Amino acid sequence: MNAHRIAIAAFLVVVVALAVLPLAADKFYVQLFAKIMIMAILAMSLDLLLGYTGLVSFGHAAFYGAAGYALALLTPQYQAANFWTSFPLAVAASALLALVIGFFVVRTRGVYFIMVTLAFAQMLFFLFFDTKIAGGSDGIYIDVRPVAKIGDWQPFRLDDFTHVYYLALVLLVLTYALLRLILRSPFGRVLAGIRVNEQRMLSLGYPTFRYKLACFVISGALAGIAGYLSAVQFGVVNPEMLGWHLSAAVMMMVILGGMGTLVGPAIGAAIWMLLELGLQSLPSAGGVDFGKHWQLLMGGFIVLAALLLPNGLVSMIAVLRNRKGGIGG
Amino acid sequence: MAEAAVLRTRELTRRFGGLVAVKDVSVECRTGEVHAVIGPNGAGKTTLINMLSGDLHPSSGSIFLEGSDVTGLPSHRISRLGVGRSYQKTNVFLPLTAFENCRLAAQSRLAGSMRFFRPALADREVNAAAERALAAVGLDGRGSVPVAELSHGEQRQVEIAMVLATRPRVLLLDEPLAGMGSEESVRIVALLRKLAADHAVLLVEHDMDAVFAVADVLTVMVNGMVLESGAPAQIRSSPAVQEAYLGSEDAV
Repeated sequence: MNAHRIAIAAFLVVVVALAVLPLAADKFYVQLFAKIMIMAILAMSLDLLLGYTGLVSFGHAAFYGAAGYALALLTPQYQAANFWTSFPLAVAASALLALVIGFFVVRTRGVYFIMVTLAFAQMLFFLFFDTKIAGGSDGIYIDVRPVAKIGDWQPFRLDDFTHVYYLALVLLVLTYALLRLILRSPFGRVLAGIRVNEQRMLSLGYPTFRYKLACFVISGALAGIAGYLSAVQFGVVNPEMLGWHLSAAVMMMVILGGMGTLVGPAIGAAIWMLLELGLQSLPSAGGVDFGKHWQLLMGGFIVLAALLLPNGLVSMIAVLRNRKGGIGG
Repeated sequence: MAEAAVLRTRELTRRFGGLVAVKDVSVECRTGEVHAVIGPNGAGKTTLINMLSGDLHPSSGSIFLEGSDVTGLPSHRISRLGVGRSYQKTNVFLPLTAFENCRLAAQSRLAGSMRFFRPALADREVNAAAERALAAVGLDGRGSVPVAELSHGEQRQVEIAMVLATRPRVLLLDEPLAGMGSEESVRIVALLRKLAADHAVLLVEHDMDAVFAVADVLTVMVNGMVLESGAPAQIRSSPAVQEAYLGSEDAV
């Protein structure tokens, strides 16, 4: 069996395991894994910028939050929004925001790109935090979840946590497939060229601005899918969804898992969320409440991971394989 | 040789602060001709190429491509108009394979690369153009190797293959032979000769044997200015050139 086949087999195993999980697990875990898959979509969307194009966006939460807020604003009071219209509209809102922000940030490079993406995202954060729009700093509840009716037929119900879980799973797989498709297309190859040597891409005749902007918009739209799902899952949106804490956390997931691998960021999202939960539930020992100070332990983990696996957690697979090969040969 | 110049400059000047790197340079490149620009280090040859390719904008003066003014256009526009350049310092995509380097170069000629869903490798014409470019510089069979793992000389060959893969009408080659082994140099000189038949070639090169072997026209630059321009025989016998350049220590 070659590496490619093993990868496909592993991918199928994971998808099947995720598909049967709600049959065995209780509500808590179904919701947890739905949240993990939502974060995985968000992390993969950032990987397109960070890992594949070399654009270090530090404001990715803006596009995630924008779709959540779009749903909240599209939902009439005490009534349900239509899933089939609100979902594309929310994703379009994220894409549009990415187009506007991208138009400015894509002109900048390096540290300035990081700074300006952060600045734009924080502007959006404070727009919702400091004003009365959509509940201000408290955020706003989506009391009635969107309804996915086609005529009289309702293929799934978004007020059912299992259905939300499966919707997240389907969208996770679709996002992954879409990104893989894009990455092997002529457009995707141009992004790789830009990451490695943008100046030479220009000299070969590529108007790189346009490619980077398109990439920024695609990435923002995909982040919007995650934001919409999150708003649907919890029935609430608040300015935190737009804040830099989340932007930083997603960046950590991508880097921790392995930039430029898609699978790595998804794994990074899972490890991050599970670790956060696990560390928070640590008991007190010797007068120290470990659970309360979980972020110290998380920081330690990040440092260790960065030192031992600089290419991300996915590189562990390669490291293990080489070791095994070394013993065998 | 009566053909009109494809690429022509008029009193091209570039200043860097107080330093004038290129001053009032007027050159012409014709299809079917290799125009070599020579001169000691710091003469402004690379700055001249950088202006012609759009990597640098001139402080004053104009550049005409087939009669139309292209002064100040960005490099990607100049490239699309059919001007390809290679770099003195290898400027490639190191982690990518030699084939992918050339494939990206060839892909740039598609009407639009904003294609999101078709596999890039499905475009046979682009693949073929990349393979042809690799073969032309003598790298057939090395396509699958990441450029970072190629020898320095081979990387220089990739540099030239990439320019060819964009199918330019005008070639701006900045010291294409630098760092190449003698065998490769011979091959590239022969390639230049062949290319000159239906391209306009502007060549900056320090290897005088190669220059005199391929050049139809020579321009000697010193301190940013044109010292003399003409046929190789005229340049070879010019006392001014001999004094300023050919006879001096750092010539060859």
